[in-house]
Amino acid sequence: MQQQELIPHLFRTEYRKIIAVLCKRFGFDEIETAEDIASDTFMTAAQIWPLQGIPQNPIAWLYAVAKNKAKNFLQRQATFHNKVVPDTATTENASTVTDYEIDLSPKNINDSQLQMMFAICHPAIAPESQIGLSLRILCGFGIEEIADAFLTNKETINKRLYRAKEKLREENIPIALPDRAAIDERLATVLATIYLLFNEGYYSITNNKTLRKELCFEAMRLCYMLVENKFTNKPAANALLSLMCFHASRFEARINKNGDLVLYEEQDTSLWDADLISKGGYFLNCSASGNQLSRYHLEAAIAYWNTRKDDTHEKWEAILQLYNQLLQIEYSPIAALNRTYALSKANGKQEAIIEAEKLNLSGNHFYFTLLGELYTGIDNGKARLHFEKALTLAKTITDKQVIQKKIERLS
Amino acid sequence: MDDYMLIFRHEDGNKVASPEQIQIWMKQTMDWIAGISAKGKFIGGNGLPFEGSQVVWSHGVVTDGPFGEIKETIGGYIMVKAGSFDEAVEFAKGCPILQGEGNSVEVRKIAKHDGVH
Amino acid sequence: MKDYLLVYRTDYSFLPNRTPEEMQAMSKRWMDWFGSIAAQNKLTDRGNRLDFSGKVVRNDNTVTNGPYAEIKESIGGYSVIKAESYEAAVEIAKGCPVFKVGGNVEVREIAAM
Repeated sequence: MQQQELIPHLFRTEYRKIIAVLCKRFGFDEIETAEDIASDTFMTAAQIWPLQGIPQNPIAWLYAVAKNKAKNFLQRQATFHNKVVPDTATTENASTVTDYEIDLSPKNINDSQLQMMFAICHPAIAPESQIGLSLRILCGFGIEEIADAFLTNKETINKRLYRAKEKLREENIPIALPDRAAIDERLATVLATIYLLFNEGYYSITNNKTLRKELCFEAMRLCYMLVENKFTNKPAANALLSLMCFHASRFEARINKNGDLVLYEEQDTSLWDADLISKGGYFLNCSASGNQLSRYHLEAAIAYWNTRKDDTHEKWEAILQLYNQLLQIEYSPIAALNRTYALSKANGKQEAIIEAEKLNLSGNHFYFTLLGELYTGIDNGKARLHFEKALTLAKTITDKQVIQKKIERLS
Repeated sequence: MDDYMLIFRHEDGNKVASPEQIQIWMKQTMDWIAGISAKGKFIGGNGLPFEGSQVVWSHGVVTDGPFGEIKETIGGYIMVKAGSFDEAVEFAKGCPILQGEGNSVEVRKIAKHDGVH
Repeated sequence: MKDYLLVYRTDYSFLPNRTPEEMQAMSKRWMDWFGSIAAQNKLTDRGNRLDFSGKVVRNDNTVTNGPYAEIKESIGGYSVIKAESYEAAVEIAKGCPVFKVGGNVEVREIAAM
């Protein structure tokens, strides 16, 4: 790897590890210091490596520099502390000030990252902030990349992160795994954030395909960390990982060279990633232990059926029942529409039309696209009217093109 | 441990109680539920006002009130956890509506979710 | 939006004669019906089916076996839905699969206890 590529690469993989360990050590009060030290470490590398050559073990080099910088900070802090409060028992201080070593062992890195994940995804932190902090601290994204992902500017992201960090301090959120009794509840928030992160990439408004893919794979990496840990390896975590594997398997097929969306029916299945599909199957099996059925289990099972292109009654009946259950756990307009589509395939279009008309989603262009689909072949005049209504409601060019194609197919 | 439903059956839903009576009933009901909650066995419940109730029959026929001429009606229900039918029946015996002449509490075991209603 | 309780009543004496295929078809009808209400974002609680066995405690402290018998039917289960009015709740109830087995649905507004 060339030197100019090496530092960004290491930044992506090592920054988040250094920052997790330092934050864990310093506490959220010194989160900015931790960020500064981690960033300075890479700055130092960028200054020295071009002049002295790349060290034999670049990662060990970075860790050594980070450790030194952290040690200096802790010493300065101790000195300051001793001067400000010189009357406190000096013997007590002496015992704590000797320990300036930073533990950058793989185990401590992993533990710290997991603990940070639970701290950042604390219910007291707003979901939007959780995502921003996750990208910055758990994934090591630059401010600019985060701004790109949210189609906003660096100032907005900086402000958002600043407020989120304030909140971490105000709420005095511990950097630790929750108690065994609270694990399922807290894990639910962590999984929700990971899924949001994934969707941010999968359905992103940004056209930057590489960035979108990275968001997805980061979400999968975080989920994988949960599954790898004995304490957090729960059925719902496996189900979410399975779901993301199935979705990600279509990544290459669902976006064309111009960054436009390719509809499921029109995807080149040879571009589907067989390896990810089989991983999805593996984690779906792992998720089947225990008696808990989360929305991720149901969504993963639906995603599994979607990796099969055959148009059988068995498939659609299974998908219909999964949507029936999913809607009972968590309603969403898109699940309601997908359920109605599955209903048309399993029980026939007539029943689906009656059901669709009960949905009350008349502000949604997908709703009219669905009605158009259902009427196609039954009453093409009505189908056209619905597609045209969908066209007026659709906002993006991609959506409009898709609907236009469906209208053309009618004649 | 299974879940049971305790259904309050009032013999005559048309009887009008005085505000004082209602207040006493409310207090008694709350005490009764608190007793079950204290054992960690109260799941939840609802009160059902008598007015306006409708019954839907096949072919879309709709009638007022639970069963036309019959005045008997459901006034509410709670769900409890119990180790046996007998334990659930013991909880039911404390239900304040049983002070009313002709009233009863139906105790039913809740079936595990099996897709059939 | 208010919560309404749907109480399903059937004549239980018909039930044991159903074939496995009929049971499965019935199960699908119920699941599709719950899915339909949930797709309208109007299912508060799918509720439960009640076992046929039951006991009745009366105000003279006697306890009798069997569910409370109303004419021929007894309560077989319940769900809680959201609706704008009694009329809207009744409209939803009209789609209930219990009518296929000669049952009926009582619709009751729920008051917080």
